[in-house]
Amino acid sequence: MRLEKCWFCSSTIYPGHGMMYVRNDAKIFRFCRSKCHKNFKMKRNPRKVKWTKIYRKLHGKELPQDTTFELERKRNRPERYDRNVVEDTVKAMKKISETREEREAQTLANRMRGKKTQQRREDLAELQQGIHLVKAPTALLEEPSLTLPKEKMKVKVSVEQESKAMES
Amino acid sequence: MVHYNLKRITVVPTGKDFVDIVLSRTQRQTPTVIHKSYAINRIRQFYMRKVKYTQATFDEKLGTIIDEFPQLDDIHPFYGDLMNVLYDRDHYKLALGQLRTAKRLVEKICKDYVKLLKYGDSLYRCKQLKKAALGRMCTLMKRVGPSLAYLEQVRQHMARLPSIDPNTRTILICGYPNVGKSSFINKITRADVDVQPYAFTTKSLFVGHTDYKYLRWQVIDTPGILDHPLEDRNTIEMLSITALAHIRAAVLFFVDVSGSCGYSIAQQAALFNSIRPLFDNKPLLVVCSKIDLQSLESLPEEDRQLIMEMKKEASKCSGGIASEMMVEDDDCLLTMSTLTEEGVINVKNTACEKLLQHRVEGKMKSKKLEDVRNRIHVAMPRPRDTRERPPVIPAGVLEARAAAAPRAPRRLEKDLENENGGAGVYSANLRRRYILADESWKEDVVPEIADGHNIADFIDTDILKRLDELDREEHQREEGESEEEDMDDDEFRKLSPEEQEALAAIRLARRNIREEHRLKKTTADSRPMVPRKHDKDKRFTVSRMERHLSNLGIDPSAAAARARSKSRGRKRDRSLGYDEEAGVEAMDVEQPKSKKLRMKSRTRSQSRASMEVVPGEGFKDSAQKQQALALGKKAMKKRNKFARKGEADRTIVNLRPKHLFAGKRSTGKTDRR
Repeated sequence: MRLEKCWFCSSTIYPGHGMMYVRNDAKIFRFCRSKCHKNFKMKRNPRKVKWTKIYRKLHGKELPQDTTFELERKRNRPERYDRNVVEDTVKAMKKISETREEREAQTLANRMRGKKTQQRREDLAELQQGIHLVKAPTALLEEPSLTLPKEKMKVKVSVEQESKAMES
Repeated sequence: MVHYNLKRITVVPTGKDFVDIVLSRTQRQTPTVIHKSYAINRIRQFYMRKVKYTQATFDEKLGTIIDEFPQLDDIHPFYGDLMNVLYDRDHYKLALGQLRTAKRLVEKICKDYVKLLKYGDSLYRCKQLKKAALGRMCTLMKRVGPSLAYLEQVRQHMARLPSIDPNTRTILICGYPNVGKSSFINKITRADVDVQPYAFTTKSLFVGHTDYKYLRWQVIDTPGILDHPLEDRNTIEMLSITALAHIRAAVLFFVDVSGSCGYSIAQQAALFNSIRPLFDNKPLLVVCSKIDLQSLESLPEEDRQLIMEMKKEASKCSGGIASEMMVEDDDCLLTMSTLTEEGVINVKNTACEKLLQHRVEGKMKSKKLEDVRNRIHVAMPRPRDTRERPPVIPAGVLEARAAAAPRAPRRLEKDLENENGGAGVYSANLRRRYILADESWKEDVVPEIADGHNIADFIDTDILKRLDELDREEHQREEGESEEEDMDDDEFRKLSPEEQEALAAIRLARRNIREEHRLKKTTADSRPMVPRKHDKDKRFTVSRMERHLSNLGIDPSAAAARARSKSRGRKRDRSLGYDEEAGVEAMDVEQPKSKKLRMKSRTRSQSRASMEVVPGEGFKDSAQKQQALALGKKAMKKRNKFARKGEADRTIVNLRPKHLFAGKRSTGKTDRR
């Protein structure tokens, strides 16, 4: 039993899932679900379809090549069984996948670096440009902070009444 | 000498068929149209042609038959005798003779009638002459009919005769019926002769071929012979006799020592003596068969004596060196059993060897020998030097020969299976024969998949080394990472919560503007342009303006005052009690409103009367509005179609189509149309 990779989206195909298509030139295409199969039938190029792994690797959204990937390789010649080797391999696999995850997180962080700054800069710019929609220029002159204006109306009336009451 | 192919003689038709064939051929191949008004010569020629053509056809067909059937004098005497035995020479000759006569007579008829036809004076007479000629020919054929039938039978049988070459090396097997001759031939050749317990199973000669010393040998199996004088013999026995008589072959006389054939050894010996003359100049072997039932040693004395006498006779008549020296040839008596297959090959080899010697001797005595000898030259290479060059056998071959002793039978998996309950019960442990570094690993359960990966993809003998490398890389990477901290935090400061509020409000405002615009855009064509004073939804009230302005942070009082003063009418009475001097916003304080105003001003929850004209709708007065509403209602009523046909009602274009109302019907009645 082997876990295969979907030809279109590169996700793992577990046993009992998906479809396999054998072409006349004996090339085998495996698909994880009918979505991929239908896309394939439509002759879409997975390199251009946004949600596939191939696209993401090609366009730098994910870690494209790494030593961790090279450690996992389909070997065509079976090795003679050696218990120690298999034990070591199982332990190593865990370590390898951990490393791989760390590295992928690192690439993501690298990609996202500078996003916060950009976001803040954009927010500030938007605030500066659009403050006139929520605060009148006169109010802005009095109170130059980029915040919502205070409620003015009620304060003035109560003061007048108070003054009147006080006068009379 | 003409070569006959006995298997390829053309079919001889019966008398009737013969006549049919010839006449139909004449009819097809000669012109058929004739008229009495033609020139007489032409008529004569026409009929003469027919007669001649018929004769020619008879001639041709009879000729082929006569030529294809072999002349008994021309073929090998063996075959001649064989055919005599099978078909009776006289009858055969007579039949062929009859055909020859018929041929001659047909020719004569043709000549006669052609002569008569030359002087035919009318179509009718010519026609009658032709009819007579053809009739006579056909009657002739009918008389010959029985001969034709006989020849057809002969042809069929002849085609199935075994193809025996009388000149090549042959071994002949003879003896009493049921002694084991056919079994023997089945053993040494690929012939498949019937072997049955009853006598005369073999009813004709059978040929098989075998090999010895790279030569092809014919082996002929004969039917059994009984011991009575030649005149009393039946056809089947005569076949064997013929074969014995004419073919120069090595003869194997089979004796059944066990007596299971039903004849005693004495009887068999008597037969041997009676047909002894046939064995002259032929290498003879006495073969004792069925040795598994009765061995030679255990035979009674008289029988043994008889057999020894046969052996003496055999060595005498086989000729050659042995008979000249009057020495008893040990080879002449052989024992074998076809059941246990002991001695069978030995018999064959001895017989072949004897015949070969006999033939070689014969050839050496003939005159041709010298011619042949002069043409043969055997070249012996002269030795180059005195060095010895023995044949070389590789050491491995020598070892293999030494170890060629048969090994003890191995214990197979199959044996194991049978011991442990058979096929359905025992299932072989395929892991038993695994070759592993450590025997205890044989029964390991090996995982194939872990955490969404195939373990087989990771297996590597130096996986640990790779892992170390990976660790080193990780360390390097981490060190590199710690140098680059997140530096973007310092560049731009975070927005304070109030600022964030403002930002949210800005975004909301923008969104609202967009939505409004989009709504306005879509309804632009159907929206009426209403002046602001007829603002029925109260979107442009002063209070709203005030609220809006105060949200923006501006003091609305001045603007509100100005707006109110502008919108006011002349009459102060209708005012809302606004005190200009005081400058107080009257709307804030609760003021008594006039009745009219109360009637007019409504909160949103109350609906208007239907005929009330709201400025902005476009009606002049209430009457107009009512009329408009009434018209609108009427328009929605379903109209009366007065039972007239609409577009949806199906129409029959043609009420009386022709195919239903005219014409006959293939099935059914037409009394209802």
